[in-house]
Amino acid sequence: MDVKTGFFYLFSVVLLFAAFRVVTARNPVHAVLFLMLAFSQASAVWFLLNAEFLAILLVLVYLGAVMVLFLFVVMMLDIGIDTVRKGFWKNFPLAATLGAIVALEMAAVLLSGFRLTEAPAMAPGAVPVDNAKALGILLYTEYLMPIQIAAAILLVAMIAAIALTLRERKDSKAIDPSIQVRVRAADRMQVVKMAATQAAPAPVAQTDAAPAEVKK
Amino acid sequence: MMTLTLGHYLSLGAMLFALAVIGIFLNRKNLIVLLMAIELMLLAVNMNFVAFSHYLGDMHGQVFVFFILTVAAAESAIGLAILVLLFRNKNNINVDELNSLKG
Repeated sequence: MDVKTGFFYLFSVVLLFAAFRVVTARNPVHAVLFLMLAFSQASAVWFLLNAEFLAILLVLVYLGAVMVLFLFVVMMLDIGIDTVRKGFWKNFPLAATLGAIVALEMAAVLLSGFRLTEAPAMAPGAVPVDNAKALGILLYTEYLMPIQIAAAILLVAMIAAIALTLRERKDSKAIDPSIQVRVRAADRMQVVKMAATQAAPAPVAQTDAAPAEVKK
Repeated sequence: MMTLTLGHYLSLGAMLFALAVIGIFLNRKNLIVLLMAIELMLLAVNMNFVAFSHYLGDMHGQVFVFFILTVAAAESAIGLAILVLLFRNKNNINVDELNSLKG
């Protein structure tokens, strides 16, 4: 058994164990952490397949961004574990049967049918380029339009996620600048026309006021 | 058995996919674990793409993985945003209680 095979089995075993713990973990935080382990092992397996760029992309984008997003959401929500876990083992026989069927069918087809052991040799005279460069050449020539669409999808996802979760505070005293700049002088100040001089009020009868002061 | 073949990687992808299917059936109530199981399924699919790409010497498979990663990231971002909204309105994330659209 050469080193590569040994590493493949090591990474696979850890990957499958982590995936199993993701779906059976009691605490959602543990599930997310095991998912991170699973993705890191998958990244290592992709290294064995000489897909360095995608392996690094998986670590950066998935472990660095998406899993942290999951972790934030899990920690933000106060999930009652017991209510969520109710009926967990009731579904187990069905789930195990289906999973075993899927795995056995696929393994039976795959193990017998795909005996390729070696990547095809490059055509003579071809210039060897590394993985990232080859991927970049393809992405920016043949797949130029799809990559623009992918960028648009990411933009839409970002705006949608912000718009969905944005919530206005009820006690906020923030003012709307667009309304503020459209204000005119007439809205703020009212000019009241009145005479420059005013007649003095008629003198009140003194006889009523004086006894009231005394009573107090 | 000793030398790695394409079948090894494809079987790994198949087992990962089966585990994700099991996870979807086990966690019928917990929406957040359902999302994680979907991520695992996409990982299994990507594993198959990368394996085929390597053994057939065709870079187009890896380009496809790139796009799947993009769409999966968008999907999980929007899914988690909906999850947060759901929790804010209903105070739980039980899938069985998502029936307010029912007449």
